[in-house]
Amino acid sequence: MIEFAVSMWNALPLWLQLGLLNLGKVVLIVAPLLLAVAYLPYAERKIIGYMQVRIGPNRVGPRGWLQPIADALKLLFKEIILPTKANKFLFVLAPVLAVAPALVAWAVVPFTDELVLADIDASLLFILAVTSMGVYGVVVAGWASNSKYAFLGAMRSTAQIVSYEIAMGFALVGVLMAAGSLNLREIVLHQQGGIHEWYIWPLFPLFFVYFVSGVAETNRSPFDVAEGESEIVAGFHVEYSGMAFAVFFLAEYANMILIAALTVLLFCGGWLSPLAGLIDPAMLRLPVIGALLDSGLHWLLVKLSFFLLLFLWFRATFPRYRYDQIMRLGWKVLIPITLVWIAVMGGAMFFTPWGHVFH
Amino acid sequence: MDFTQLIFYFFAAVLVFAAAMVITIRNPVKAALFLVLAFFSAACLWMLLQAEFLAIALVLVYVGAVMVLFLFVVMMLDINLLRLREGFGEYLPIGGIVAVLMVLEMAIILGPARFGLEKVPAPADHPAGYSNTRELGRLLYTDYAYPFEIAAVVLLVAIVAAIALTMRKRPETKYQDPAQQVRVQRNERLKIVKMEPSPKPPQGKRR
Amino acid sequence: MNPILTELAPLFPEIFVLAMACAILLIDLSLSQERRHVSFGLALLTLAGAAALTLSDHSGAARSVFHGMFLDDLMSDVLKLGIYALTFTVFVYSRAYLAARGMYRGEYFVLGLFGVLGMMVMASAGHLLVLYLGLELLSLSLYAMVAFQRDSYPATEAAMKYFVLGALASGMLLYGMSMLYGVTGSLDIAAVRQAVTGVSAANNVVLIFGLVFVLVGLAFKLGAVPFHMWIPDVYHGAPTSVTLYIATAPKLAAFAMVLRLLVGGLQDLAVAWQDMLIIMAILSMAVGNVIAIAQTNLKRMLAYSAISHMGFFLLGILSAGANGYGSALFYILVYAVMSLGAFGMVLLLSRAGHEAEQLDDFRGLNQRSPWYAFLMLLLMFSMAGVPPTAGFYAKLAVIQSVVQVDLVWLAAVAVLFSVIGAFYYLRVVKLMYFDAPADTNAIQSGLDMRALLTVNALALVAVTPWLGAFLDLCSRAILTLA
Repeated sequence: MIEFAVSMWNALPLWLQLGLLNLGKVVLIVAPLLLAVAYLPYAERKIIGYMQVRIGPNRVGPRGWLQPIADALKLLFKEIILPTKANKFLFVLAPVLAVAPALVAWAVVPFTDELVLADIDASLLFILAVTSMGVYGVVVAGWASNSKYAFLGAMRSTAQIVSYEIAMGFALVGVLMAAGSLNLREIVLHQQGGIHEWYIWPLFPLFFVYFVSGVAETNRSPFDVAEGESEIVAGFHVEYSGMAFAVFFLAEYANMILIAALTVLLFCGGWLSPLAGLIDPAMLRLPVIGALLDSGLHWLLVKLSFFLLLFLWFRATFPRYRYDQIMRLGWKVLIPITLVWIAVMGGAMFFTPWGHVFH
Repeated sequence: MDFTQLIFYFFAAVLVFAAAMVITIRNPVKAALFLVLAFFSAACLWMLLQAEFLAIALVLVYVGAVMVLFLFVVMMLDINLLRLREGFGEYLPIGGIVAVLMVLEMAIILGPARFGLEKVPAPADHPAGYSNTRELGRLLYTDYAYPFEIAAVVLLVAIVAAIALTMRKRPETKYQDPAQQVRVQRNERLKIVKMEPSPKPPQGKRR
Repeated sequence: MNPILTELAPLFPEIFVLAMACAILLIDLSLSQERRHVSFGLALLTLAGAAALTLSDHSGAARSVFHGMFLDDLMSDVLKLGIYALTFTVFVYSRAYLAARGMYRGEYFVLGLFGVLGMMVMASAGHLLVLYLGLELLSLSLYAMVAFQRDSYPATEAAMKYFVLGALASGMLLYGMSMLYGVTGSLDIAAVRQAVTGVSAANNVVLIFGLVFVLVGLAFKLGAVPFHMWIPDVYHGAPTSVTLYIATAPKLAAFAMVLRLLVGGLQDLAVAWQDMLIIMAILSMAVGNVIAIAQTNLKRMLAYSAISHMGFFLLGILSAGANGYGSALFYILVYAVMSLGAFGMVLLLSRAGHEAEQLDDFRGLNQRSPWYAFLMLLLMFSMAGVPPTAGFYAKLAVIQSVVQVDLVWLAAVAVLFSVIGAFYYLRVVKLMYFDAPADTNAIQSGLDMRALLTVNALALVAVTPWLGAFLDLCSRAILTLA
């Protein structure tokens, strides 16, 4: 049987082999991602529930574990309603435009030193470029819906995303100044040697700006005016139902995970263990404990989960910003902070002997 | 035809199609979206030329920022398409003649006779560790530092001009002053009026 | 001194203007409207300081920095000093006008200074890319300044036209430059020049094609017929203070652009561009002078006069020799001073709520103020080319250079059109001296403006004894190129 499979495989032309291999890798990345996306809302409801001294979903399956499956099934069987006079093609295209960038960006994310689909030279720029296209899903959805509320939501969201993208880009400039590379893998490897080497310390203002901008970019609370159910019902996706709505939902959560992953990679040492340079190397050779303490995918997941928790925590605690406050925060607080810190870094690196702090 | 060529023709075809749609389609929002597609295909073509930094920058700047703002404006404008098309037929012949002439001239001048593949030496292949981004950065900050700085000043002027032209107090617009709103005192908004309880109806005999 | 600083020394004026413009931008934020004159004073100081820097660094020898992208030669120094002086005067003239129309804001002067920076970059550009960026820097500042009076409908319309046509012209210029690049393989002007000499016959066609596009772009920027359509509308629609700015200093930058491109880079194609320039020069002189006669608005009339003056200026260029370029430089300098004075007079007579832009506003000026009527007379005589004003000598110089290259018929045409042109200039003089005033308000403007305007107009006559020295300076200035 196995021989037969191997011979079948070898019979395939080279380009097909390559294509299938890559397709397999893509599936290996996307499948766990989608699973995580399905369970993140469940975690959100549970965690916020506990924070508010409630229990959260607990009816479907043991302790509510099957809730996401039930939700997905429900959405799958619901009708997708096309509003009158809506632009049919764009209306259907919009959710795809929203979710595609959130998934494509994962192509260059390194999970460990070797585990990366495409180790390209300018991967940081690639991610920035791809995520900047996510806004089209929102804009097109708002416009194609032929609805005032959706349109207002799309307008708010566009202005917000475009504004915060600048702060985000500037925060990344600091990272690439420190690492001297646009390659995510190299950026992580530059932070080797224990928790004190992570960029979160010397670049703390940029880390702060990046994460806050990330929350704003994903339209999450407290920056969720694009949905703003108290004012404009549900914002850009008010007319969507069924699977089309589910895809928007998926895109939002996939974006959250992406932002959390990037924060980890850029500022918190990615898959590197916080103890790596600090403990005795002999300890790393211990059977199970050593593997746990050593760098690896599990550290990335742990850190990622922490930042995802922050997303949920924000939602549970902060009241929603007013729209003009969001704009003011972006343009008059976050962007100046990044500019000042970049100037400080540049000055320190080139004119003072303390440049090594940032390297 | 190898794989690269196939990709090239695919993106080139998409690019030409999208560009043609930009200028022929009637709906401005759709035109803007087709322009996005055109930019994207162009970026993919640049990627084939191994100019990955420029390709990504094109997507980042034009697709991710400029066109979003474009769409933003186009969506909010209520453009009267009929009025826009007035006189279209009138100008069509002369415009067409000029366009055809231009294309013919360009074909004659820039055709394969002068810029054919055999006339221009093929660029040397880059070594394995070649980084397009690094090379561009090196050139921009050394040889081309002067024009680079001037370009920065041009952008600064654009910002100054945009703000100088649009930021003005219009007498007819009403502004909120959040600080003023926050500082409001209770007695400015709420007036407590002491009122005598309404006089009791006269206790008379009911008829 | 630090080696980097020594290397950058020729750039100090540019760096100074940029730094000061940014500083004024920041300082202006904290100024109340009553203290706005601080920005104004700083803008003037910037220009004076830049002039001092340019003068102090003047070694006479041509130098190049940044791999030949920045050239520091006598021509750039002369042009830069002219630009500072003109812009200084422009600012002084426009102060009261701006204050009366709510445009007296820091951004106005900052944009003006950025425009100056753009002109400086153009004046010493040694690279097509730098030339183009300088041009865009200048144009962008000008577009914004034209639109500065947001509530004025004509100004907004003028800005829109200027912007669209300017962008079109930039596109043409860039397209031409790209063809030059395609043939020569370099954007460096010196390298282009070297490559052009050895170009094969087949590629020569591409070169000529590129030259045509470059020329179209240049003609747009200069305002030469048939690419002049924007000039009357922009001059007319823009606030007069901005018209004053557009009509003076940028002409010097345009001269630099023409010389750097056509002479510095494409001298070997002179035979080709000479013929094209002859057509443009004749058309400009004809259209400008004839249509100006029909105007009743002084700003519009001066706009058509600018078109005709560009025709005369092109005479100097198209004679394609050192003598011609020198006289063209002299012509453009004299024209800028005349234009400064003429639009200055419009500003002088304007006051809050009244634009003195109609010819009728000059009716009987002699009775209201004989002195200013006399100054206007000098300006008009100089524009018409009546001896002994500088305008006459400038015309004489360019016509002489044309005669020297055996284009006597062209010289005759030029003389004919300058005679036609004299009609509308002299009509202004007639209105001032022989008509009764329609407007009897006293002229209200500051002492600074009156003094400077007097110097401005008198200079056109007072310069006569030193004309030889000036012409000599101009012919030496272009020597590094020709």
